Amino acid sequence: MTQDHLVDNGLLRFITCGSVDDGKSTLIGRLLYDSKAILADALDALAASSRKRGLEEVDLSLLTDGLSAEREQGITIDVAYRYFSTGTRKYILADAPGHEQYTRNMVTGASTADLAIVLIDARKGVLPQTRRHMTLASLMGIRHVVVAINKMDLVGYDEGVFRRIQAEVAPLVRKLEIPHLQYVPLSALKGDMVVERGVNLAWFDGPTLMELLEGVDLDARDLDAPFRFPVQLVCRPRTGGLLDYRGYQGRIESGSVAPGDAVTLLPSGVRTTVRRVEFFGEDLARGVVGQSVTLHLADEVDVSRGDLIAGSAGAPVPVRNLDATLCWLGEKPLDPGSRLVLRHGTREVRAKVQEILGRFDLQALESLPASELRMNDIATVNLRLQQPVAADPHGWVRSGGSFILVDEATHATVAAGLVLAQENY
Amino acid sequence: MTKTLTHLQALEAEAIHILREVAGQCSNPALLFSGGKDSLVLLRLAEKAFRPGRFPFPLLHIDTGHNYPEVIAFRDRRAAELGERLIVRTLDESIAKGRIVLRQAHESRNRHQSVTLLDAVDEFRFDCLIGGARRDEEKARAKERIFSFRDEFGQWDPKNQRPELWNLYNARIHPGEHIRAFPISNWTELDVWQYIAEEGLELPSIYFAHEREVVVLPGGALLPVTPLTPVSEGAVSVRMSVRFRTVGDISCTAPVPSEAGTLAAIVKETATTEITERGATRLDDQTSEASMEQRKKEGYF
Repeated sequence: MTQDHLVDNGLLRFITCGSVDDGKSTLIGRLLYDSKAILADALDALAASSRKRGLEEVDLSLLTDGLSAEREQGITIDVAYRYFSTGTRKYILADAPGHEQYTRNMVTGASTADLAIVLIDARKGVLPQTRRHMTLASLMGIRHVVVAINKMDLVGYDEGVFRRIQAEVAPLVRKLEIPHLQYVPLSALKGDMVVERGVNLAWFDGPTLMELLEGVDLDARDLDAPFRFPVQLVCRPRTGGLLDYRGYQGRIESGSVAPGDAVTLLPSGVRTTVRRVEFFGEDLARGVVGQSVTLHLADEVDVSRGDLIAGSAGAPVPVRNLDATLCWLGEKPLDPGSRLVLRHGTREVRAKVQEILGRFDLQALESLPASELRMNDIATVNLRLQQPVAADPHGWVRSGGSFILVDEATHATVAAGLVLAQENY
Repeated sequence: MTKTLTHLQALEAEAIHILREVAGQCSNPALLFSGGKDSLVLLRLAEKAFRPGRFPFPLLHIDTGHNYPEVIAFRDRRAAELGERLIVRTLDESIAKGRIVLRQAHESRNRHQSVTLLDAVDEFRFDCLIGGARRDEEKARAKERIFSFRDEFGQWDPKNQRPELWNLYNARIHPGEHIRAFPISNWTELDVWQYIAEEGLELPSIYFAHEREVVVLPGGALLPVTPLTPVSEGAVSVRMSVRFRTVGDISCTAPVPSEAGTLAAIVKETATTEITERGATRLDDQTSEASMEQRKKEGYF
């Protein structure tokens, strides 16, 4: 690789939002096909499946159908991951299907995404689901959203249609926090403006969808964010020449760290300095967001799995009471009596939903009073924790503000949580 | 240090994080190690995750008895070099105990591996098996979780999997259940080869181009001629330069024509291949559109 490709522009994770009707599966098929990610034998299998269904042409959308249960029903039931590479960047695409469990699947796919493609059918314009997709993308902290106005071939590649839809979307996003928003007209079916420009949308001088994906600046934001390092393991070999070796193993979830940096251990609040940033026996001058490293601290302190090592400037304050936005993922509604475990970073504490402050209506974009939480509901709640957790507001540090809730009886993951700015610590 | 990780650095860091989560959350895991390329990548990742400490798990190989001897020799040598414990359980033992009944002496043992694997889980009370499966291998794998839940029968229920958000994995289980963890879920075949080349990992020799006697099957697949898979009547064998893209049970793993004798040449060949890894080399996945899904449900890796 390194011999053949001079640039390695990293790894971009993105999600496509839309339903089958918007041509989402066709768009994904097109991206994979035009970026040469579908090999000849897979294409043959695709052609055979298409024929079996009585289709005359190869149906690119069949590529993203995974499991036999869904193939029979003609729907997809879960998040599937696809891979392609352009030679300069590798892509991981989370494909979340659009049906009744859509919110749950999209939230899952969006949790790791750097970018979201929101599909709009050019014939239909902005629909309630468009609103839902944009809101969820913004809620989950996705900074880059591409509004892809698809099926331009069915509206005669009319620039007016594109401009009209663009104008419809604009007021919607004003209320949402989406720092990088872009529009692209395309035809996934015909291939215009996906990977190739084609000739039919010559009036559009913006980048193609693929050019947009290639151009995303990946981690400036997370790199500049405060340093957060949840401790996964403590390495103490206690053998041979390693009697005094004590390394803290984990992944840098945000920011960066260098020897000499002042850090605070949480929840204890003890302060110390970083002595070494080690990776597989080598010392790094600086460790950056995304890297899995081993930290060595200047003082002998009590640190174990579940602790957080944070940059001392702006370190989060441990709390036992927090307000959060929850997306309820469990099949069963929230039972106020159920025993829940909150996992934040590597820390697990018992938690209780003290109060449902309101349920968010994704159509009306407003919070309404609610007394229960069902699958796919999004609500703001107040949580009571048995032990303190050092969390950041999600809007400030994406990883430091995310958690899941696990049902202690069934061990199911029942909710995804985003920490809200705390007014009363 | 550049500010952006290369794609391989990002994948590596994610895999190390996953391995450390297994160590942190599970009390008795094992890492499946066959001597094949994906599991060799796992071993390098485990070194990067846990050294200078020891691996917090043993290595486990389910030996079908139908493996290439050079791969088995390589497996033993690598485990010894690392100084880590290797547990081997064989299908021959399961057959001798009557746990597996073969219909034909030389039939493919690939599918029967699940029995020996689940027996080993019971024997050692493993609560997590770490494997080198990748989502790009097969459609049914594309939806696989990184921490995949198996019930007390070792079964995978695609509809009863836990949503996986951010990098917050949930490995909680009840006694008797277990987790399969896949640290290189997000890697493609090309990523694996690029990583092996970048790290300079040693591999069993059959991954590199060599002369071998094969039978060309209708459709183009190559059947290696071995004591297990002799030339059938009427068929004609030829000698040609081949290499294995994937290595497993002899009876269902086919080599591909290749002149690639170095890692650089293999990376180049992988980047430009027209055929998927399984399509080219697995003789057992092609029987039906849903065959992998079916085997996974039965406890297959």
